[in-house]
Amino acid sequence: MDWIYEPWPWYVSGPMIALVMFLLLMVGKNFGMSSNLRILCTICGAGNKADFFRFDWKAQRWNLVVVLGAIIGGFIGSHFMTTDAAVAINPDTVSTLNELGFSSAGKTYLPTELFNMEAMTDLKSLALLSIGGLLVGFGTRYAGGCTSGHAISGLSNLQFPSLIAVVGFFIGGLIMIHLIFPLIF
Amino acid sequence: MRTLSYLLIGIVFGITMFKSEAASWFRIYEMFKFESFHMYGIIGSTVLIGIITVQMIKRVPIKSFYGETIQIPPKAKSFSRYMFGGILFGLGWALAGACPGPMFTLVGAGYVPILVVIAASILGTFLYGLLKDKLPH
Repeated sequence: MDWIYEPWPWYVSGPMIALVMFLLLMVGKNFGMSSNLRILCTICGAGNKADFFRFDWKAQRWNLVVVLGAIIGGFIGSHFMTTDAAVAINPDTVSTLNELGFSSAGKTYLPTELFNMEAMTDLKSLALLSIGGLLVGFGTRYAGGCTSGHAISGLSNLQFPSLIAVVGFFIGGLIMIHLIFPLIF
Repeated sequence: MRTLSYLLIGIVFGITMFKSEAASWFRIYEMFKFESFHMYGIIGSTVLIGIITVQMIKRVPIKSFYGETIQIPPKAKSFSRYMFGGILFGLGWALAGACPGPMFTLVGAGYVPILVVIAASILGTFLYGLLKDKLPH
């Protein structure tokens, strides 16, 4: 039964994500996680500030339930299905990250430099997490979807706009890691 | 009953995000360094199976579990919003190492600082709503 604690290889993970998309279609919904950020804005009263947030969010409540499930799934996956969460990334990647100052590379699930409790009192970590989040939230709504809505749902439906968005995701990611990371780390 | 089905699908999704390591900042970094096949294998196999599934649903008149017609709305035609929005998203995805699904998985896994990312991404969505009419779409 030890296999249950091992990380899932790509050929298990990919079909499982496809299954999630298929099951959502079969219950009459479309897979797209970033819509929840807009719903949360509306619940917080953003409708008073912009028309974009004036919509019937209650019709989208199902998606918040999926989010709740994703949180519970994260708890189950990390607490009951994992003994050692260290991510075995490429040793070359580990040495590059060590040089950048990420000593936890290859030893943990997330870099401790950004995601352990000390990060909550470190100004630089807080700034980077905030900027990252801002860009994700702004970009995803501007692009009309994220990895689930475009890269998975959109490409599966052979949507050219989603291909443009995915190319954009990669341009942004490559700029961040190859050009901006050497400046900030 | 329907609510329970959404919850169960969400749980399967959350477990998958954690166990596949797609919710790991390190995997996203490694992907953008082209130093592993892992993330490409995940996205590639998902999309391949997804294409077959969606094409099947369109050709064979399958109804949902509740007997409704399955609707998959097409994306509106445009270039700039997808390209510019996509680039901004990509910058954030690589920096925070999490996209809008895995973010929530990481809350369940107990990483408190991810709440900062989530709060900022809600704020980012709000800023988009304010600036929407001034941006090229």
